[in-house]
Amino acid sequence: MAWWNTHRDFKNSINKDINPDLASERKFPPFNVEKLTNLLDGGIENTRVRRRVEAAIHSDPVFSRENQYFLSSSERYERGIQKSIHLKKKMVQLGWMKDGPEIQWLNRVLAGDIGFNVHAVFVNCILELGTDEQIAKWIPLAQNYNIIGTYAQTELGHGTYLRGLETTATFDMSTQEFVINTPKVSAMKWWPGDLGRSATHALVLAQLYIKGKNYGMHPFLVQIRSLHNHSPLPGITVGDIGPKMGFEHIDNGYLILRNIRIPLQNMLSRYSQVLPDGRYVKQGSEKINYFSMILVRVSMIDNAVVNTLTKACVIAIRYSVVRRQSELKPGDTEAKILDYQTQQGKLLPQLAAVYAFHFIGPYLHDFYNRVHHEIKSGNFQSLPELHALAAGLKALLTEYSSAGVEVCRRACGGHGYSMLSGLPSLYSYVLAACTYEGENTVLYLQTARYLVKCFASGQSGQSLPQSVAYLTSELSRRCQARDRSDFLRTEIYLDAFKHRACRLIRGAATKLQAMVQSGVKQYEAWNSSSVELLEASMAHCQYIVVKVFVDAVEKLDSDPAIQKSLKHLCHLFALHWIRTNAGSFLHDEYISGNQLDMVTASYLDLLLLLRKEAVILVDAFDYTDEQLNSALGSYDGQVYQRLFEWAQKAPVNHQVNSAYENYMKPLFHSALSKL
Amino acid sequence: MNPDLRRERERASFNPEFLTYIVDRGAERTRRRREIESLVLNDPDFQHEDVNFLSRSERYELAVKKSSQMVMKIREHGISDPEEIYWFKSFVHRGRPEPLDLHLGMFLPTLLSQATPEQQDQLFMSAWNLEIIGTYAQTEIGHGTHLRGLETTSTYDPSTQEFILNSPTVTSIKWWPGGLGKTANHAVVLAQLYTQGQCKGLHAFIVPVRHLSTHEPLSGVIVGDIGPKFGFDEIDNGFLKLDNVRIPRENMLMKYAKVEADGTYVKPLSDKLTYGTMVFIRSHIVVESARFLSKACTIAIRYSAVRHQSELKPGEPEPQILDYQTQQYKLFPLLATAYAFHFVAAYMTETYHRITGDINQGNLSELPELHALSAGLKAFTSWTTSSGIEECRMACGGHGYSYCSGIPNLYVTFTPACTYEGENTVMMLQTARFLLKSYTQVSSGKPVGGMVSYLNDVPQQRIHSQAVAARPTVTDINDLNSLVEVYKLRAAWLVVTAAKNVQAELNRRKDKDDAWNRSSVDLVRASEAHCHYVVVKLFTAKLSEISDAAVNRVVGNLCLFYALHGITKNTGDFLQANLLTSPQISQMQQRVKDLLAVIRPDAVALVDAFDYSDAQLGSVLGRYDGNVYENMFEWAKKSPLNKTQVHESFHKYLKPLQAKL
Repeated sequence: MAWWNTHRDFKNSINKDINPDLASERKFPPFNVEKLTNLLDGGIENTRVRRRVEAAIHSDPVFSRENQYFLSSSERYERGIQKSIHLKKKMVQLGWMKDGPEIQWLNRVLAGDIGFNVHAVFVNCILELGTDEQIAKWIPLAQNYNIIGTYAQTELGHGTYLRGLETTATFDMSTQEFVINTPKVSAMKWWPGDLGRSATHALVLAQLYIKGKNYGMHPFLVQIRSLHNHSPLPGITVGDIGPKMGFEHIDNGYLILRNIRIPLQNMLSRYSQVLPDGRYVKQGSEKINYFSMILVRVSMIDNAVVNTLTKACVIAIRYSVVRRQSELKPGDTEAKILDYQTQQGKLLPQLAAVYAFHFIGPYLHDFYNRVHHEIKSGNFQSLPELHALAAGLKALLTEYSSAGVEVCRRACGGHGYSMLSGLPSLYSYVLAACTYEGENTVLYLQTARYLVKCFASGQSGQSLPQSVAYLTSELSRRCQARDRSDFLRTEIYLDAFKHRACRLIRGAATKLQAMVQSGVKQYEAWNSSSVELLEASMAHCQYIVVKVFVDAVEKLDSDPAIQKSLKHLCHLFALHWIRTNAGSFLHDEYISGNQLDMVTASYLDLLLLLRKEAVILVDAFDYTDEQLNSALGSYDGQVYQRLFEWAQKAPVNHQVNSAYENYMKPLFHSALSKL
Repeated sequence: MNPDLRRERERASFNPEFLTYIVDRGAERTRRRREIESLVLNDPDFQHEDVNFLSRSERYELAVKKSSQMVMKIREHGISDPEEIYWFKSFVHRGRPEPLDLHLGMFLPTLLSQATPEQQDQLFMSAWNLEIIGTYAQTEIGHGTHLRGLETTSTYDPSTQEFILNSPTVTSIKWWPGGLGKTANHAVVLAQLYTQGQCKGLHAFIVPVRHLSTHEPLSGVIVGDIGPKFGFDEIDNGFLKLDNVRIPRENMLMKYAKVEADGTYVKPLSDKLTYGTMVFIRSHIVVESARFLSKACTIAIRYSAVRHQSELKPGEPEPQILDYQTQQYKLFPLLATAYAFHFVAAYMTETYHRITGDINQGNLSELPELHALSAGLKAFTSWTTSSGIEECRMACGGHGYSYCSGIPNLYVTFTPACTYEGENTVMMLQTARFLLKSYTQVSSGKPVGGMVSYLNDVPQQRIHSQAVAARPTVTDINDLNSLVEVYKLRAAWLVVTAAKNVQAELNRRKDKDDAWNRSSVDLVRASEAHCHYVVVKLFTAKLSEISDAAVNRVVGNLCLFYALHGITKNTGDFLQANLLTSPQISQMQQRVKDLLAVIRPDAVALVDAFDYSDAQLGSVLGRYDGNVYENMFEWAKKSPLNKTQVHESFHKYLKPLQAKL
């Protein structure tokens, strides 16, 4: 029977037949794959919980992602809302608690395709910034979705610079109300998610004015839509900001407020309060505010960033052993494209990065929890270090991950452009993370500010926090490697990263100091050193990432087989960065030209070693086909059948072609007589 | 006009109009380009609502409508010059792809170049009048780059004098051809020819795929759209599966190879001729690279002059973000690159036209080098432009993600150029093959010509793969000629290194193909360095053609900036090859930052000189008048999601949950 006659049964055959090119890659795993999965999940129990969550979600048709790529943004939005509401019911049914072990897996299993994300930020802000009465009043309503909130901070003309926001909240003592206003077009709120079509309430960040005096930014609870019929309240102009790259299911919105009056009680007042007589009272530390921003950055690293790069690697690497292209040797069958060195050079460093970045989330979470603990007892000492680390690592990981996803996409040739590959959506999704929760350049420079400060303290003999202690340690001036195998020793390349970060930080800080001493104003000196500061900041963050990876792998000695593979990944990762930043290692001859050749030689050896394990190493992440939602990346490797199957489902293949009816038909009919 | 932009324009040190003439390769071309643009912009048939708010289906229909009118109007206006047709087309479709791209760009030219006069008589005028619409079906779902791997078969049946076309496997389904899904009723199908029991390799066949009266697929044909993609919403990229489809013998394109009635196969004379077409298409991608990058720069630089953010000086108003050094450092290298690529594109176009005559005379001597160069430059410029567009987008902060910025559209429209018409890594390796061949030729004592002639000096200069103490060549970091020289030496060094690595692998394994594969990371690097050298060289050479003193100074600074910045981004190569010392690198790094301040006052005028109308940019952020925020709001209000105040999902899902407060 011809192959196409069987494709009716194709659905049932999927997953039973593993493409032999993929099966052969899995035949001889060098270690116990399930054990690595447990390790990546953070323990065997976590793997169990995750699979339980997957079973519950994937078996429920409401959460199906089938045909998702064919939906309009309006349909995607509606599905997102439906899923959020259904999820809440389902969690009650299944007895999943808000702080239960299942929750941490929801984002991964639902693949981010759900509404009310900023509503969750709204809830957290009330919990963090609200008084006990405010929490008691608003939280139950919000948690039951009786009201939907958004967090309205960014304005059309203002983002990063909070003090520049223009929305005003003026206290009217006579009525005991705040009057909220959008004074000009650049002040309208722009971008908040859930605002465009869903939110009934907004937490509006506005400049507080009392008796003509500005007290800075404060959060105000403003109802924006009627709870009866959802139409905007008088004085409110609200809508969707229109199509954008990715996030089709999110209703990012705009909001104009004209003389909106809200009661005194609607300013969140845990830390600062306006009294009925117009007095302004501050209580407690606002640093805690700062602290919740850090948590958002720490959490997004795992949820939005590393997950996405991982999925892209799974798809691209599986596809690269299924796809065959050209002859490596004349007369041979076409080779798997992963056998080409250039393809390995594209994908395997991304795979190594996935593993490296995988350990950053736990590292930051541990640090965060420690600092959280200290802060509770009034000790804010480690906060700047945590802030600098979270900012810099957020920038580095989002930057590398979005570039990495695009490398994976392009490594899939033409099919990487099809939405059905899943890769374009992953790219748009991860990319936005470079800008939200702190624009990357701004964040790098915040880390640089901390580094420069630490460098100065170090010079004046003070001891430095752990992550920057290397700034005052004794460093060798030359790399000690004598042959290529030396670059497979972690201390050799760690020293190189350390040395380079140190040199660049010293260089930037010294330049800055010299300029200021020569009479240049501080801000001018900062701006004209900012390119160096950026480079110094990146070098520091790269050192941290390599260090965390090295430390994590060293701890895996209970399973030598897994440790060996991860060590190779770690080496590859470090050597890849040395190669791609070669100039800054050669600059002061820390690494010589000969040593750089050794780096390359070792790097190429590692590509070959890891080539053999690549599929196993992506399988270990244990992403389900539903989570990948990719015709190229499914576990069974039935790439071409699936692409054809899915494409035939595209709505354009079932609708009347009105372009034909309206424009082409008359033309073609006149050809009838001629041909 | 936004006062910030007005001020920027007032303080520019040169007249952008003169620079526009240079970019257009002559004032007369500028005039004609504007004339054609106004023909299109003033034509009510080409007015329509913002495509960002249309569904895929609506965009497809709109594009078909415009294309069918366009073809008639090009004739009405008597436009026949290929470049002018290209302008007209890109103004009508505002730089977007359209469903007839393959009909106009591949189907018709293939008829002209590969059909016999009889075949042309039969088909060409109907195709020209859009009575038949064709596509070019080469790529298969499982096969792209490697043409010999294509699986579609065309078997000659002498008893009926027909070819029988088949898609024997799932991997052999034709996949991706533009216009195939819903538009085309004919396709040029590339298939393995079988006659008299033998496979004669890939040949082209005209296959009717849809009925002329009903537009339904013909029997044995399964055809459809491949589904949504990253961009290219207007295009119905399609699939095609053929099951015993019979076509008459005359439907094989037989200008070169032939199958006679009895099935006898007659070989073509030369197959080098197709090189010419490939060179043309790849050169065209270099042209497109320059255009897309300059559009992205126009948007990002204008917006950066309008957007104010944070404090630079305490207590002062928020500065234009273009005043931040980090912002300049993101955008100005791209601006310089955009100019560099325009000049490279001009060189490629002129060279192609120059040697086309020779090719037609049968003189193919310059073709291999141009072929190698066009492959490498296609990859070099499309990679740089793709990432450059994204850098421009990210430099626009959050608003860069909105379709109103126009940059997401530029990205998704351009980035496929990294893959189509030759996957970039494959292209780089083709160039590398040529470089190594030239090096081998030089090593055996025969000098080479053209852009690779620097390899002739290698034996004298004792360039070694192991860096030995060569003397640094650059004495003055402001001297463009010595910078060109240092780029040249870097390219030579990397070519020699790659050649030695291939040789070393070969000595170890005795397998040529294995050795090549195991050196391919180095080979790609060598090709990139070669292309980089060519770009710096052509940019520098262009300066002597710019007579206006002010323009010459400004473009000269950009060129110097381009050359220096390129070195500072690749210091590893220059240091490892001992071509530059660390102190020189430090000086260059400082000079790059000094030049940022030199370029800053002219930045807006430099993008104005690209002379893109607002209609072409399709960007609220990049508007000429800089009235960004008001127009963003106006734009968003038009979004279909805002047509009703209350979305239907409220009634379905939210209302049941909401309680009174």
